[in-house]
Amino acid sequence: MKQPINILIVGVGGQGTLFAGKVIGSVAERCGFDVKQSEVHGMAQRGGSVVTYVRFGNNVVSPLVEKGEADIIVAFEQLEALRWSEYLKPAGTIIVNELKISPMPVITGAAQYPDNIFARLEQAGVSTIRVNAGQLAADSGNPKALNIVLLGLLAKRLPVARELWDAAISEVGPAQSRAANLLAFDKGWTF
Amino acid sequence: MRKLLTGNEAIARGAYEAGVRVACAYPGTPSTEILENIAQYSEIDSQWSTNEKVSVEVAQGACFAGARVLVAMKHVGVNVAADPLFTLGYNGVNGGFIFVSADDPGMHSSQNEQDNRYYAKFMKTVLLEPSDSQEAKELVGQGLEISEQFDTPVLLRTTTRISHSKSLVSLSPRQEIPLKPYEKNPVKNFVMPAHQRIKRPGIEDRLQRLAKYADTFPGNRVEEGGAEFAVITSGPGYLYAKEALGDRATYLKLTMTWPLPAGLIRDFIDKHGKVYLVEEGEPFLEEQINALGLSVIGKELFPRIGELSAAIVREKLLGTALQRLTVDCSAVPGRPPVLCAGCPHRGVFAMVAKSADIVTSDIGCYSLGFMSPLNVGDTCIDMGASIPNALGFAKVLPDRKIVATIGDSTFLHSGITGLIDLVYNQGAVTVVILDNRITGMTGHQQNPASGFDIHGKPAPQVDLEQIVRACGITSLWTVDAYDLAQTNAALQAALASGGPAVVIARRPCILIQRNVVREPLEIAADLCKRCKACLKVGCPAIEFAGGVVRIDSVMCTGCGVCRQVCKFGAMRKAGGAQ
Repeated sequence: MKQPINILIVGVGGQGTLFAGKVIGSVAERCGFDVKQSEVHGMAQRGGSVVTYVRFGNNVVSPLVEKGEADIIVAFEQLEALRWSEYLKPAGTIIVNELKISPMPVITGAAQYPDNIFARLEQAGVSTIRVNAGQLAADSGNPKALNIVLLGLLAKRLPVARELWDAAISEVGPAQSRAANLLAFDKGWTF
Repeated sequence: MRKLLTGNEAIARGAYEAGVRVACAYPGTPSTEILENIAQYSEIDSQWSTNEKVSVEVAQGACFAGARVLVAMKHVGVNVAADPLFTLGYNGVNGGFIFVSADDPGMHSSQNEQDNRYYAKFMKTVLLEPSDSQEAKELVGQGLEISEQFDTPVLLRTTTRISHSKSLVSLSPRQEIPLKPYEKNPVKNFVMPAHQRIKRPGIEDRLQRLAKYADTFPGNRVEEGGAEFAVITSGPGYLYAKEALGDRATYLKLTMTWPLPAGLIRDFIDKHGKVYLVEEGEPFLEEQINALGLSVIGKELFPRIGELSAAIVREKLLGTALQRLTVDCSAVPGRPPVLCAGCPHRGVFAMVAKSADIVTSDIGCYSLGFMSPLNVGDTCIDMGASIPNALGFAKVLPDRKIVATIGDSTFLHSGITGLIDLVYNQGAVTVVILDNRITGMTGHQQNPASGFDIHGKPAPQVDLEQIVRACGITSLWTVDAYDLAQTNAALQAALASGGPAVVIARRPCILIQRNVVREPLEIAADLCKRCKACLKVGCPAIEFAGGVVRIDSVMCTGCGVCRQVCKFGAMRKAGGAQ
């Protein structure tokens, strides 16, 4: 791959975006690619908007993905999908979990949660994959594994063999969750 | 073997491989994970210190005794530790001494954007700037070599993007470095003015020798490429320049940037004529290059505020931008960080809001008490400022009810001296110590009040009440942070005491007592009058949507704070039980 593949994982602090980033990093490493990854810790994690940038390919220089550079964005929450959508390449794809988590300005009534997020993405001609990852996770028997479900959807769209993903999930996640995680991953992969 | 490591993990690995024996830090984003990772290596004696100054002084002692040492802190931590660091430049070292300053351009989680590269010049020491994890690891070992060879402390300066970005790192085994013999040497280690005057000329001589060395330092190198652009760059700037310009430019990549490798820079500019300087932050290199009588195109083109990016370099040097989609992002509400559901600070702030006129706050999770809807906090400056700030307010506005809020770890870091000052000068201030038994904001590090050391092993636990009393406080209340009536009563009594008073609001951080199973609450629709009093405590688990107030049963921890502010008894245990 001459040009690196650029991925953004966005969501709300505490949703498990970091785990997804770790698995992608591990997979890229297994493929022998150069890989760089960046995220911000601290303040941002207290229920704030969070982002992980992952880039892999033959040679990766900057750890950051710029606006207009992402091949794929995985959004764990609708509003975050909209917030980060301008990072997408015109030909890129955004995978959006249908979940809505109200930020504090909405909870206190200072702001409205936009009710037309998918329409806005469609209007801009964004290639959007809409999924209820929570439901798929529950169907897999592990309602908390929506991050792994979303990882499955992403993985299906990357040029990496399934076995490498299974191996990376087994390695990065705790041993006792291995079987449950692989079931959740499969729900996303086969969506 | 190669491994994908953050800059912080790589620095920890570098310390391990370079034979570091003692490592100390106080947690601070983005530096915290350096010591967390060093603590995984049993060969290194690692510790959390009460503050950055103490961490430097412990490391100094170990360095004098002959060991290689590493100290890590965030950029503002260097301000706290500046006193011993400046003088260490005079004393020099025995074992190698390296200190890491993790700067935060863009202020992702900091109160200022200070560019600590200036400290290296000010302290007359050595500055190393990595651009990725591999360099970060190597510079620990190289820095310790320089430290021992030139008898100087060394500053390894990272930024958030270096500290928290992962890239592949080649691992090597640990080098066992024997202890340097310790010999009493008062002229070197005892800072009598007469001793310092003896050493003073040697520092200037050392800088000259280091400047010559900088020209030969392998990390300062020319990367030949296209002739379209000639670029001098360092740290994260190198990544962005290279990302944007690729092979179209020839680079002078600088890694040891103080003392300045003047010979290399002069040769590069002489050869290329028009040279761009891609430097994130302040014009540190630019000023020094100009002082050599040379000119580069730097801050006239690139911003000094915030982070650089490949997009900025592309725009400024190529005049191009990446193609982007136009998505309607109007009226997208922000998602600021919030106090967690079940956070023990929430109820305390709700009560402080009711009783105080002016609240001076401090650095930590409780600075989030400032966020809407609680909106508690008039000031927040630096670690420990809350108590002296409050005393200052009390001197000028004696008729106002003044409360200082500070966490347990911040109180131990630099709140105690402020409290003694408050008592000594008899200020009418109520200090609320939010004692959640952990250093929260930085990701849950142990501290002397938590009862555990950096390895999670039991450690002597300081007694906050005893400390407060020993400072001379006689009006002291300890309350359960979840008990609003008790907290409120203590606050009222403390404010009425007319003198310095302390309320310790105690309850462990909700994120470290997850194993304590509490039942979530729900709202009885028939009892709820939709008065929205519960929404005013700003719990992310409570929401008003579609005309009803709802509690998210997954997020709710059953802390009961909302239940205590509901006048209609509408909160009950999920499932309808009372």
